[in-house]
Amino acid sequence: MIKVRIPTPLRPLTRGQGEVEAKGASVAEVIANLDSIHPGLKQRLYDETGELRRFVNIYVNEEDIRFLKGKETALKEGDEVSIVPAIAGGR
Amino acid sequence: MSFTDAQIQRYSRHIILPEVGGKGQQKLSRAKALIIGAGGLGSPAGLYLAATGVGTLGLVDGDVVDLSNLQRQILHTTASVGASKVESGRRMLAALNPEITIKTYQENITAANILMFLAEYDIILDGSDNFSTRFLLNDACYFAKRTLISGSIFRFEGQLATIKAHEGYPCYRCLYPEPPPAGLVPNCQEAGVLGVLAGTIGVLQAAEAIKEILGIGETLADRLLIYDALEMKFRKVTRPKDPRCHLCGTHPTITDLSGDYTVSCAL
Repeated sequence: MIKVRIPTPLRPLTRGQGEVEAKGASVAEVIANLDSIHPGLKQRLYDETGELRRFVNIYVNEEDIRFLKGKETALKEGDEVSIVPAIAGGR
Repeated sequence: MSFTDAQIQRYSRHIILPEVGGKGQQKLSRAKALIIGAGGLGSPAGLYLAATGVGTLGLVDGDVVDLSNLQRQILHTTASVGASKVESGRRMLAALNPEITIKTYQENITAANILMFLAEYDIILDGSDNFSTRFLLNDACYFAKRTLISGSIFRFEGQLATIKAHEGYPCYRCLYPEPPPAGLVPNCQEAGVLGVLAGTIGVLQAAEAIKEILGIGETLADRLLIYDALEMKFRKVTRPKDPRCHLCGTHPTITDLSGDYTVSCAL
């Protein structure tokens, strides 16, 4: 199982949980598995063409998957996936 | 430039630090920091930069103080409700440290005025509340070769990065290539924010700014710090420079500030 960290804005989809577990050998598989458990997650992360939205980052451990193999980045037991969207609040 | 006895006493706990010393304290007193937004992040950052003795502080904010601001915007008091935020902030900072110069600008940052502001300051702290200003500041600081300390907060979560793209480090667009489209997400007012979270992130912005001014320590120039107040977790992730970045990549398409910076508020 892969541990996935869910950011505050997406927690309504995971019933408030900040950390969930999912199955998969790649980021894409883990997201697909997560979406079957928490429907709607995929739609928030991917755009109409199925690409990761440009204001959402996914990290495997400490590395941004955009600079690895994107959604096809391989995962192994013990890896931690973090979803980190841009946030703008400040005032 | 030499310090008066009162200044030596005021800054003694800094001067005694080998990493700061009298020389470092002088660097601080010669520094000019511009704070965008005299609100949640700008309040704690401004208070600590003033206490620290950063010689010139600029405050930019077009708003007036609202009662709903006081849960987190500690530059302002109940008596300041209805007053301009920059004037209320100036009063508070001047009371804390009358030795420094405080300049106020009661307006919002735009593509038309930003470069004029940047010309007068060495380091910029982003405490704005919208993606338009954040992307505009990123681009303008790159063109004007200014270091930008970017902090942002949302509900229980904060992000912090030091942007020095003009020195070869990644810019904010390397991290997030584009802002979210309007309408996809709730706005800031609807979203809510833990008041004290603004303090945590704003104070960390001040810490990064002070380190940049002094040239000490490790900064967040190639890292993103993510703070989760609910779980009390701090995480640092890598922030590589993107060769495809539209601003600072090998084939930039953004070469001035004439683009469209109108976007929505938050995810």
